[in-house]
Amino acid sequence: MNKNIDTKKIIISNPLKLDCGKEINNFPIAYETYGELNNEKSNAILVFHALTGDQYVSGKNPITNKDGWWSYVVGENKPIDTNKFFVICANVIGGCMGSYGPSTINESTGKQIGTDFPIITINDMVNAQYELIKYLEIEKLFAVVGGSMGGMQVLQFVANFPDKAKLAIPIACTSSHSAQNIAFNELGRQAIMADSKWENGFYSNYKLNPDKGLAVARMAAHITYLSEKGLQEKFGRKLQDRDSLRYGFEADFQIESYLRYQGSVFVDRFDANSYLYITRAMDYFDLSKQYKGNLSDAFKETKTKFFVISFTSDWLYPTSENREIVIALNSIGADVGFVEIKSDKGHDSFLLDVPSFLKTLGDYINSTYKVINERRI
Amino acid sequence: MKEEFNIISNLIEENTRVLDVGCGNGDLMKFLQENKTKDIRGLEISKEKVQNCLSKGLTVIEGNAESDLKQFPKSSFDYVILSQTLQAFLNPELVINELLKVGKKVIVTIPNFGYWRVRLQLLFKGTMPVTENLPHEWYNTPNLHMCTIKDFYNFCSSKNIKIFKSIALKKSRISEINKSNLNYKNLDSHLGIFLIES
Repeated sequence: MNKNIDTKKIIISNPLKLDCGKEINNFPIAYETYGELNNEKSNAILVFHALTGDQYVSGKNPITNKDGWWSYVVGENKPIDTNKFFVICANVIGGCMGSYGPSTINESTGKQIGTDFPIITINDMVNAQYELIKYLEIEKLFAVVGGSMGGMQVLQFVANFPDKAKLAIPIACTSSHSAQNIAFNELGRQAIMADSKWENGFYSNYKLNPDKGLAVARMAAHITYLSEKGLQEKFGRKLQDRDSLRYGFEADFQIESYLRYQGSVFVDRFDANSYLYITRAMDYFDLSKQYKGNLSDAFKETKTKFFVISFTSDWLYPTSENREIVIALNSIGADVGFVEIKSDKGHDSFLLDVPSFLKTLGDYINSTYKVINERRI
Repeated sequence: MKEEFNIISNLIEENTRVLDVGCGNGDLMKFLQENKTKDIRGLEISKEKVQNCLSKGLTVIEGNAESDLKQFPKSSFDYVILSQTLQAFLNPELVINELLKVGKKVIVTIPNFGYWRVRLQLLFKGTMPVTENLPHEWYNTPNLHMCTIKDFYNFCSSKNIKIFKSIALKKSRISEINKSNLNYKNLDSHLGIFLIES
């Protein structure tokens, strides 16, 4: 997927010590910004993307020519209004949209790094993105926001930099990847690694791509982003372009055709090794373990205001796991609001047109921005 | 409503930490935020009402007082308010105990089932009372444990809960409740407001 991406990029020269023990330096971070930074530099919002997201939050994604992945939330007159806020989003390290990842070309060999790329963690991703904030000379962000893996980065960011954001909004996420989460990720990784074209991660050297494995990984994961009710209502047992069963293994059912399509478009825009590395980073995420089993300690130093959001039909990062974050914050008297939004759209609700989510999020961000600004005056 | 808010506000010292349990659409929270303290949180069971509060920028958590008060540390708020909600819980005694743990002081307001208008309905009409303050029919009321000012007063004495201040409200007339006028206030007030401590 190492297309010639014309993207904003900075090279981080400060060495970054990774959790795995290795050190990286002079590595690229690709990012995009929307809106204008005000004179006081008080309107910056850092958005963290999820597993297969990228820096193109809003507007047209120049790679896919589709709408940015959070177009319902970020843009002009959207809940995060770019007429008012300066929105920053960076491609995570390990990703494949211009930031340092397994598809980055190793200057000395002229080949992709492949699985020689070091194992990275959510902590490493966040520390790398902090370098971007420093580069942009933003002393304090108004907010850090993200869903799913983006939410994990929100939690890690506040833990690492307790005085760098006034507001934190982790959405549909967890403070620790569950056995079920790990299981689904492992299924995806095994699908990729079982593809004979994977070549231990050095497929690009052979001009190969483990697209079949990556497509299966995406199909399996996609199911976890939806809800049983949503699937049943949208597809049921409806047949695809036919009136009766064909007694074979073609895509008889609409749901099969839909998943195959999702798999096939995904491989055009995503790197299989990136999928391995990023899912691994998610699996390793256990914020309470970083603080000796006490999640509250991760937030003890911070005055950041929190707003936690979950969705009723999200079984990948269910309300109970989001609530654990709320409980940990309450137990240290932190400033935290929480709501579970009613939606049949499963984990993907945070990316989709869910009006009560969009309204609550937008109203909350805007009224909080007003309150914080008034207080400062 | 306005009188009740004023009384509650007068019971609270400025710039203290407050939790409003069953905060509804956040009207009392807004009122206190403007008049007393910025440091105020809410707990509310209805999703729609929580969303309304959050939309106003209020810090509210969706949750159930009967199970979710536990997560707050002991004495983590200067005041915990329970405004006209006690009667709707499955286990009001448990909730009062939880409130007393979480708050240094607790303000409880109760719609008085001993008010003469309420008593007359049952006495003369022989039907469950429906009043301005208690607008539901017996079959759709959320109120599971109605009590009177006297019931709550006696409850506090029997459980060794200190009553700092008890105020009776009739329409907009405010008066203090004490041991000697308890029977009268219990008959002549629609709302009781108690400031208590464990």
